[in-house]
Amino acid sequence: MKSAYSELEAQRIRAAMWFLLPMIAALMLVAAYPLLRSIYFSFTDTSLSNLYGGQWVGFENYFSWKTLPSGRTIFKGTLVDPAWWNAVWNTIRFAVVSVFFETVFGLMVALVLNANFYGRGIVRAAILIPWAIPTIVSAKLWAWMLNDQFGIINDILLNLGIISQKIAWTANPDTSMFAVLIVDIWKTTPFMALLCLAGLQMVPRDMYEAAKIDGINPIKVFFKVTLPLIRPALMVAIIFRTLDALRIFDLVYVLTPNSSSTKTMSVISRENLIEFDKFAYGSAQSTLLFLMIALFVILYIWLGKLNLSGDKQ
Amino acid sequence: MNAFAMSILKTVGLYLLVAIIIVVSVFPFYYAIITSLKTGTALFEVDYWITSFNFQNYWDVLQSGEFPRNILNSIFISAVTVALSLLLAVTASFALARVRFRGRALLLMTILAVSMFPQIAVLAGLFELIRYIGLYNTPWALILSYTIFTLPFTVWVLTTFMRDLPIEIEEAAIVDGATPWQIISKVFMPLMWPALVTTGLLAFIGAWNEFLFALTFTVSNSERTVPVAIGLLSGASAYETPWGIIMAASVIVTIPLIILVLIFQRKIVAGLTAGGVKG
Amino acid sequence: MRLMFKQTLALGTLVTTLLAASVAQAVEINIVLGSVGKDVEVLKELIKPWEKETGNTLNVVPMPSSATDQFAQYRLWLAAGNADVDVYQTDVIWAPQLSDQLLDLTDAAKDIVKEHFPSIIESQTVNGKLIALPIFTDAPALYYRKDLLEKHGASVPKTWAELTETAKKIQDAERAAGSKDLWGYVWQGNAYEGLTCNALEWVKSHGGGQVIEADGTISINNDKAAAALEQAKTWVNSISPEGVLSYKEEEARGVWQTGNAVFMRNWPYAYSLGSADESPIKGKFDVAPLPSAGEGTSSAATLGGWNVAVSKYSKNPEAAISLVKFLASAPSQKQRALLSSQLPTVMALYDDEDIKAQQPLIPRWKDVFLQAVPRPSAPTKSKYNEVSSKFWSAVHDTLSGKGSAKENLEVLEAELTDLKGNAW
Repeated sequence: MKSAYSELEAQRIRAAMWFLLPMIAALMLVAAYPLLRSIYFSFTDTSLSNLYGGQWVGFENYFSWKTLPSGRTIFKGTLVDPAWWNAVWNTIRFAVVSVFFETVFGLMVALVLNANFYGRGIVRAAILIPWAIPTIVSAKLWAWMLNDQFGIINDILLNLGIISQKIAWTANPDTSMFAVLIVDIWKTTPFMALLCLAGLQMVPRDMYEAAKIDGINPIKVFFKVTLPLIRPALMVAIIFRTLDALRIFDLVYVLTPNSSSTKTMSVISRENLIEFDKFAYGSAQSTLLFLMIALFVILYIWLGKLNLSGDKQ
Repeated sequence: MNAFAMSILKTVGLYLLVAIIIVVSVFPFYYAIITSLKTGTALFEVDYWITSFNFQNYWDVLQSGEFPRNILNSIFISAVTVALSLLLAVTASFALARVRFRGRALLLMTILAVSMFPQIAVLAGLFELIRYIGLYNTPWALILSYTIFTLPFTVWVLTTFMRDLPIEIEEAAIVDGATPWQIISKVFMPLMWPALVTTGLLAFIGAWNEFLFALTFTVSNSERTVPVAIGLLSGASAYETPWGIIMAASVIVTIPLIILVLIFQRKIVAGLTAGGVKG
Repeated sequence: MRLMFKQTLALGTLVTTLLAASVAQAVEINIVLGSVGKDVEVLKELIKPWEKETGNTLNVVPMPSSATDQFAQYRLWLAAGNADVDVYQTDVIWAPQLSDQLLDLTDAAKDIVKEHFPSIIESQTVNGKLIALPIFTDAPALYYRKDLLEKHGASVPKTWAELTETAKKIQDAERAAGSKDLWGYVWQGNAYEGLTCNALEWVKSHGGGQVIEADGTISINNDKAAAALEQAKTWVNSISPEGVLSYKEEEARGVWQTGNAVFMRNWPYAYSLGSADESPIKGKFDVAPLPSAGEGTSSAATLGGWNVAVSKYSKNPEAAISLVKFLASAPSQKQRALLSSQLPTVMALYDDEDIKAQQPLIPRWKDVFLQAVPRPSAPTKSKYNEVSSKFWSAVHDTLSGKGSAKENLEVLEAELTDLKGNAW
């Protein structure tokens, strides 16, 4: 009996391997190979017009130094490139600020949706609209609304007396990041709200009832009861969003191309890869972005002690 | 303040919040519709209500250029990508969810990690690959490259779904001597339709919206997908950035998505939470 | 057949001879170009005789007007060995960077190169290879509103200071009179190649050199250049809208052509568009050379211009070559000049009676473009794009108040020195 069972088990495992094979092969082809090639390119002097003629140059694209005959030492590579660090800070600033506001607004929307009121379905449908609109379309849409001369946002703000002069949202370096943030927050808050809502709905109703009977201030209830209960769900949502925010490309590319105050890591890597004919240098930058995200993922898995095996506790 | 006034105030506050949420969510799209119905100098006057019903922009978008072709490209590419991903994911997620083997946790972790790849990190390598296979500027270049984010996503969500199905449904089939393939096709597939629809839809939206790969791997107007077409829309208009036409194109590509999302909203919420929270 | 052709117009004869080599079956040629103004329409009009004579068809792949965005895509497509585009419309500065992947046209064009200005042919020659044929050249102009200048008793400004003053005066007076959206001066301030052109003009006209000199020395960090940028900075938010920092050619023209600007810096294409029948400013404007910085300095115009080149990967190189020769030919250039006031590169056309009559701007512009300043693409070779990007970033930062001109130029100089290394 026992051997028959393990025979069956072995057969299942063999079948499983065959089932997994196509997927693994596909991922090898589209993910592993390109990633390794990109990393390889970053250690060579490959250029776009000469993909196969690259020579191994070690860490030169990342960091290197050379002493000139005059005795002056110059440093080269991405790691000492101010433009790269500018992009790194832009990306981090963008990620932190956007995820923060998306979480706050998302929680607010989720709390509203979790309340019992007439027309809840309509709200739920309405908030799905920003999420459903393609990023490029929302970038164009907001570019139009934020247009300095004919945009409705300036019109509204002028009419309300909040500003006294039309603002060139996407042109001014002080406001261009703000413009990108507005669009991203608008588009992604619904996603956050839905995830938070799912978390909220797992909180047992009687917990609120108990708190209500005890006459505890609702704000206190939120911080003492609700928040700790939805914290795991919230953390996962925040991490997913942060990873997404770190690799942002399309929104910036369409809304504020070439502006150094919004250029993110993805945008600058693409610029080097293609525009500047520094294919290897751009590969080094994209590899650094990959490492950064990988580090973040590892941290998350480690901190979150994710139950990946799927075993029921 | 008495309790009654308090509760009125609460209700008013709640509905005020509801109103703000609805306006903020819907207004930009509403404004796109308004703009798309205007032409000429009317475009440059700010209006809060629909002032004209001129479908010229829609006509221009659909008539001139290759926009209808771009829509077909997007549909074809997204649909094939999703179909391929689901095909590969169904069997793989069965193995990952229902069979115990060594290295399963590691494999799942790797798949999750792949779904978090920054696209730019594989761009250089993918470019070389696609050029080498000769797929450049064909729909297959995009179908191939989109697999990188649709496949891990579908595998992940379907695995969480399958894991939650009770063991009993399988046991009967095992006792009857069904092979693993029969278990998948006869036992699981009928149960998985809702999950497949949800995952497929989400993957479809992901592929439909993708921009970086589409921008990099296509050349001709006739091969572009909708996001690239809109991103690169340059006016035949002699005066200004053709906002009316851009907005008309935007409305055209967004309406089907919104309808889909509204029809499947409950399933989408379930799918999103399966992909995120249950991880 | 041949006889009949000979009897047709000059255009027809030209086409027949061009096609002697490639009669055979009709093919489809794909051309890609950035679309500014009516470019696509004009091109479609222009090539009708070519399509008719050869039986070939032309398929236009339009791109956004930003030269910077176009270049990245073209470089990528060429690197991918893409055969779906046969002919590229290229900016005058791209030649050294794309030369490896474009066909050498020296032999094919040896009969017509003599008609063109030698300096333009030379700019498209890399290591002895002629890689693109010019279809028009460009040198910007100061567009001004005759009616407004007259109304306020102002003369056409000769110096930047005069421009600033006149623009301010008219803007204030007109706004007080109710034209709230009127601006004094619009130009191209977005962070892209166009800003490099604008800033090069300010710097050069102030006697501040041309960023990188012909011998490769980096000259940008000097007081005159800094003064030029500081002056431009004062325009933003006074005579120019703040949004000018996101304007490219078409945005500036949008403001100008709706009658909302007194002055505009733009290329000649805006002349015919502004003179079109439906244009609100038709007959109300004229052009002048860009201002200088005052005594001892002279006006500077950045040399622009577009060319057509054949991809090495084209499947129909003969037909593609016949097309670029056709587009570069005198009859095509004449028609282009008439349709969209773009400056011909064929010397004889500056004496053409039709052009003189219908596009009076063109003969007047011959000297301006002959003296135009080239961007430093020749000395910097394949690094030009990055040089230009660093330059326009420094300028954009200065204009938007991120650091003073002096500070930014000092940093720029250091960056360019790093980029240069031992040699360009």
